[in-house]
Amino acid sequence: MAQQKQKLVEVKNLKQYFKVGKGQVVKAVDDVTFDIYKGETLGLVGESGCGKSTTGRTIIGLYEATGGEVLFNGLSVHRKKSAKEAKELKRKMQMIFQDPYASLNPRMTVADIIAEGIDIHGLASSKEERMNRVYELLETVGLNREHANRYPHEFSGGQRQRIGIARALAVEPEFIIADEPISALDVSIQAQVVNLMKKLQREKGLTYLFIAHDLSMVKYISDRIGVMYFGKMVELADAEELYRNPIHPYTKSLLSAIPHPDPETERTRKRIIYDPSQHNYKEGEDVRMREITPGHFVYCSEAEYEKYKAMYS
Amino acid sequence: MEKLLEVKNLEVSFQTYGGEVQAVRGVSFHVNKGETLAIVGESGSGKSVTSQTIMRLIPMPPGKIKNGQILFNGEDLVKKTDKEMEQIRGKDIGMIFQDPMTSLNPTMKVGKQIMEVLIKHQNMSPAQAKERAIELLKLVGIPMPEKRVNQYPHEFSGGMRQRAMIAVALASNPKLLIADEPTTALDVTIQAQILELMKDLQKKMGTSIIFITHDLGVVANMADRVAVMYAGKIVEMGTVDEIFYDPRHPYTWGLLASMPSLDSDDKKELAAIPGSPPDLTNPPKGDAFAPRNPYAMRIDFEQEPPLFKISDTHYAATWLLHPDAPKVEPPEAVKKRLRKLSSNYDKPIIVKESE
Repeated sequence: MAQQKQKLVEVKNLKQYFKVGKGQVVKAVDDVTFDIYKGETLGLVGESGCGKSTTGRTIIGLYEATGGEVLFNGLSVHRKKSAKEAKELKRKMQMIFQDPYASLNPRMTVADIIAEGIDIHGLASSKEERMNRVYELLETVGLNREHANRYPHEFSGGQRQRIGIARALAVEPEFIIADEPISALDVSIQAQVVNLMKKLQREKGLTYLFIAHDLSMVKYISDRIGVMYFGKMVELADAEELYRNPIHPYTKSLLSAIPHPDPETERTRKRIIYDPSQHNYKEGEDVRMREITPGHFVYCSEAEYEKYKAMYS
Repeated sequence: MEKLLEVKNLEVSFQTYGGEVQAVRGVSFHVNKGETLAIVGESGSGKSVTSQTIMRLIPMPPGKIKNGQILFNGEDLVKKTDKEMEQIRGKDIGMIFQDPMTSLNPTMKVGKQIMEVLIKHQNMSPAQAKERAIELLKLVGIPMPEKRVNQYPHEFSGGMRQRAMIAVALASNPKLLIADEPTTALDVTIQAQILELMKDLQKKMGTSIIFITHDLGVVANMADRVAVMYAGKIVEMGTVDEIFYDPRHPYTWGLLASMPSLDSDDKKELAAIPGSPPDLTNPPKGDAFAPRNPYAMRIDFEQEPPLFKISDTHYAATWLLHPDAPKVEPPEAVKKRLRKLSSNYDKPIIVKESE
């Protein structure tokens, strides 16, 4: 099925290094390559500090990439382009942030927050049209038009996240990067926001990059999932496949650490501990993403590839 | 089993400009020796206020214990003076907080923070205390404790800091440990380590634990018994099996159904609980959950439900258990969990009439 799919975002050998003083460099994202197809949700999981948020922020152009490139519809995000192209690109890619408290300007009304993008991109020709767009967006995300003149502090966490989503939708994007959009919300509200995101995807044909550390939610919302560890992507596969047949030892350890809401499973669950030294990679060995079974990629050496291939296909 | 802590009809309010917030509205539960009681609920349900009231950590004013008793080893903590509480807090009752960065003192070496407890409560000399501090750091799984004892909290990672917090809390061998979302800020792999550590230490020391969380996976892993809180009240309480395999309150159903299951492949819409929790300055009449409850009946909006007893250990406050209530089907995701538990009575018994 992957063949007919159209690539919307191509991430090629993306590198993002940060200088941390004393000549030291942190390789937050270290040579990561993957594609995001039109209309799909790609989940990105990993522990804090593994580079998943940095990957998202570099893709959208919040950081200059140290190396590699990101293509959106074939157009490079980081290379120099005309002001018009740059603006258009920013319209098509939007972001939803983790903290619904910090990501909305407390001094702006909800209407102005949502309409800021509409104003910048000149998407409304009159004041009336602008407000009608805002009302429409508020209703789309399950708020009502009376909310337009209020300020962010008057809303609960879940409602603010809805405002953040409405803001992202205002400029009619094709691609939305959601960086831990539900981690700050209560369990009962998380499901509401996830359902909303799924509904919008169905209706508007949106493509998502969904970054999170809550693996059960990621599995639920994603078509494919990438697992990151220390700046590298170590495994990439269909969501179901990844959970059923994890191959990389880190993925196995990550999955075995999730507590299940079932006391009986919990009494017998055994945790697998990942030890990075188990790979025993030699100096200069060619370690990269290799396809083990169709659509299932694992970061491995040539020898490991043979081993995995024999075990899993 | 012997009761270590018994909370009876606790009511806690806060005075604010907007009026009186009734954070805890008549909560009763007990904790046995050596067991773990999990308290689940969303933010604002009163779970943290309940636990902080046991430690007498809520600022008074604006906070106020309006009613109730907290019997710890038979003594009522509500009546203790602040001076008397100092002898209990950190000694008999230890606490671990959600955010180890704000609950450790950033200007004090980690070792010193553990020693403080030992010197105050165990009358140790500084030299003895330091030795014990190193032992404790080792116990909670911190490598190179001799070196770590002289470091500051910022030199520790999140998981290590949480371990240091546990070491501080355990320094005086408390009888009761209150853990308020101790792993919420941590990664799953670190969370698994911390939970294993807590269970291990509990086995060794026989500590009772009150574990506050909103993660039902963690509850299934840690708890012997579970109390589900909503809008300042316990709506359901039972053994961990009773709550997960035979839940009776529609709010517990909602919580269980709103979580995606890792084992199932279906991508059907999640059963979200609609709306948001009520404002406790003006708690709704009747059952506080009624406006969000798809199973609500007319009586739910008028009169608070009585408490029903389903087995010796299982309680739920919902009108659905009343003999006159229509029979309802719980959501699909919950129905799949249901099992027949042999300890159940033939019929739920009303234990407390509604007021």
